[in-house]
Amino acid sequence: MKRSLIDICDLSTEEIEEMVDVAKDIMRNPQKYSEKCKGKKLAALFFEPSTRTRLSFEAAMYELGGNVLSVSSADSSSASKGESVADTARIVSCYADIIAMRHPKEGAPLVAAMNASIPVINAGDGGHNHPTQTLADICTVSLEKGRLNNLTVGFCGDLKFGRTVHSLIQALSRYSGNRFILISPEELNLPGYIKKDVIEKNRIEYVQTTSLEQVMPELDILYMTRVQKERFFNEEDYLRLKDSYILTPEKLKSARSDLSILHPLPRVNEISVAIDNDPRACYFKQALYGKYMRMALIMKLLGIEP
Amino acid sequence: MNIDSIKNGIVIDHITAGKGMDIYNLLKLDSLDCSVAIIKNVTSVKMGKKDIIKIDADIPINMDILGYIDPGVTVNIIRGGERVEKRSISLPDRLVNVIFCKNPRCITSTEQELPHIFKLTDPANRVYRCAYCESKASGRGI
Repeated sequence: MKRSLIDICDLSTEEIEEMVDVAKDIMRNPQKYSEKCKGKKLAALFFEPSTRTRLSFEAAMYELGGNVLSVSSADSSSASKGESVADTARIVSCYADIIAMRHPKEGAPLVAAMNASIPVINAGDGGHNHPTQTLADICTVSLEKGRLNNLTVGFCGDLKFGRTVHSLIQALSRYSGNRFILISPEELNLPGYIKKDVIEKNRIEYVQTTSLEQVMPELDILYMTRVQKERFFNEEDYLRLKDSYILTPEKLKSARSDLSILHPLPRVNEISVAIDNDPRACYFKQALYGKYMRMALIMKLLGIEP
Repeated sequence: MNIDSIKNGIVIDHITAGKGMDIYNLLKLDSLDCSVAIIKNVTSVKMGKKDIIKIDADIPINMDILGYIDPGVTVNIIRGGERVEKRSISLPDRLVNVIFCKNPRCITSTEQELPHIFKLTDPANRVYRCAYCESKASGRGI
């Protein structure tokens, strides 16, 4: 049966852990996987600008021995002629074996999955979900901490529109003993329904604060985010909030020595470059792990045994 | 006040007082050419006051709309002047083209041929969310 990944909750915790194991095995034995997707094609349909995610998907498919068909902007596709997402998905199903779709509209990858005859991966739909970033985040946490439970995780920055935050909170809420610290300006607080339907429903302890410095010593993981210009209708609000939290070596002084700093990237100025060489900075490794997780995911959805 | 009994048709009973007209409009009962009676503020032992709608024809009723607007109603099917069936309504798990998503970032805002699908995510508080963007249903839409 065709399976897609639209929301991180489409995968069970067991499946995510299996994929982390596969990703670790790919890191150890890349040659073993170099022809797993020979003869298969990934359609990378990116209707919104992306560098990391698109290249990560393309690199993942190439490293599995497969090929990539690519649409890198809405302007260069039939979407500019008014073709619907449903029709695009039906047509691409004729040419490719799996779709990775990024779209500015929330729910577009779900519409694609409802109409495609091949698996669809949500590579980011507006400010809604970004499940493969979550797979990268989970893999990073697992590799850096050796566990996915009993962690104090600080989420900092734009928690309102930050889709990676929403998905990671959903994923980590399924593990016992985790505790969340939500650090954001009031205007960018985590939406109430995620607090209620995800965090409180799973009986996860959480604290909401505006001060990063105050909570820094408690954190096992600090998940930084960028205030994204494209999520604002009003430029004034963006300019007012964009520099709310900037992580500097000074602020890190009170942090634990085993803190792991994650960021979905791209970064603008919210993490000082002076931190890049700090052993606690994991964000570049995180991008690498993302590629391995996407390889594991592509194989899983295509029904290819690792 | 007397309203004639119906021979073959439907009586929607136990409507929360004041919601009779909403249900009349949402079920598009104005487009029927049979007799339709809306009786408002009927004295009720259980409810204090209630509305009742009598439809003098056996038409298909969209139970999802009824369940969403007023899950406490009962639908009585009348044949030959006798009640032959009494259906209770519950909150529907899914609504298709009953309410519309108002999130401007939702795919349904630009692709208008898509069915508007809402899922019941919190039965205790009667919360429905858009299946595409997860926005909470606001108001009754339609």
